[in-house]
Amino acid sequence: MSSPASEPETVYASKTLASCLSLLFSRPAAEVVDLGPVIGSNVTFLGDRVDCKIHVEDLYADIDRHIKQDKLDQLPRFLSGRFPLPDASIDAVLGWDIFDYIDPLAASALAEELIRLVRPGGVLLAFFGAVASDHPRYVKYFIEDAAHLRYRSYPAPRRRWILHNRDISLMFAGLELCDSVLLKSGVREMLFRKRPC
Amino acid sequence: MWKREAIVACFSSPTPAQSATSSGDVDPLQKKRPLDDELLAGVGQSILISGELSGDEDLTVQGGVEGKIALRDHVLTVGSHGRINGQVTAKTIVVLGHVTGNLIATEKVDIKESGSVEGDIVAPRVAIADGSHFRGTIDMQPRDQPKPDIRKPEPSSVNGELARV
Repeated sequence: MSSPASEPETVYASKTLASCLSLLFSRPAAEVVDLGPVIGSNVTFLGDRVDCKIHVEDLYADIDRHIKQDKLDQLPRFLSGRFPLPDASIDAVLGWDIFDYIDPLAASALAEELIRLVRPGGVLLAFFGAVASDHPRYVKYFIEDAAHLRYRSYPAPRRRWILHNRDISLMFAGLELCDSVLLKSGVREMLFRKRPC
Repeated sequence: MWKREAIVACFSSPTPAQSATSSGDVDPLQKKRPLDDELLAGVGQSILISGELSGDEDLTVQGGVEGKIALRDHVLTVGSHGRINGQVTAKTIVVLGHVTGNLIATEKVDIKESGSVEGDIVAPRVAIADGSHFRGTIDMQPRDQPKPDIRKPEPSSVNGELARV
């Protein structure tokens, strides 16, 4: 269902999603953390077709709550203890574009926490906007199939940060970059992997 | 344990005898109303139950329940006014209201648009409507049949890669 404030939906090819899903598919009882709002069709896809356990952790809602309570300065500390999951327990993190909506300090805190969660050989998928906008929008990413995502945008309370490749590399220094693709949508898809033991 | 009679009383559907008019005419809607034996068990909006519930029939909760609910082979519906704080076990769980606690279903968990769940879900099928709220973990349990290979999508002409950087 589409809200009045939402824009038309567009399907984009994803060059990194398939690699991420392949890893999940190859691991029995794989576990994935989804940092976006819950999307029923994604749950069905990941749970039913890929057969993995899904942890839904809507960080966008956390950001909104911190903005409403005027506590954005506490976001880095909050994110450092956000996930009650053991070290190296997650096979894949679907980070979507969450890093575009938090300041560099909070982004570093989140990256550190996600690196802690990922198993050796596990992956982290993140998207980074390449274009600034005066009209901030969040995007919901619907998995159409292993190589396509449907984007649906809706108003966001905060502008996007544009992170440079150098900043991103520093943030994820504990991971190796497997793939980086600039799409026609203006989105940079990046897939990181934790080195196997 | 809850008493079925007490919970059934929370639903206000009159019996056929009650629905007859004073003139002796039978209410035309009577035919559509369920007989006593067919009434569904329910917890009404003003009811708050603290403790464990278990039963062998479908149950609809429109009120509050603080504690575990176990309906092994039946359907639990948490109505739009329902509030549950505790673990729920049933064949099918439909959520239109609020649940804080784990949901374990042998068949399906269905969170409708107005539904809100904070807890973990274990069920072979899970449906989550757009606009609903969920926070927790979803485990759809391994099934016997082999998984289809999802790694070979159909070729498509949609917006694609610009440059590998």
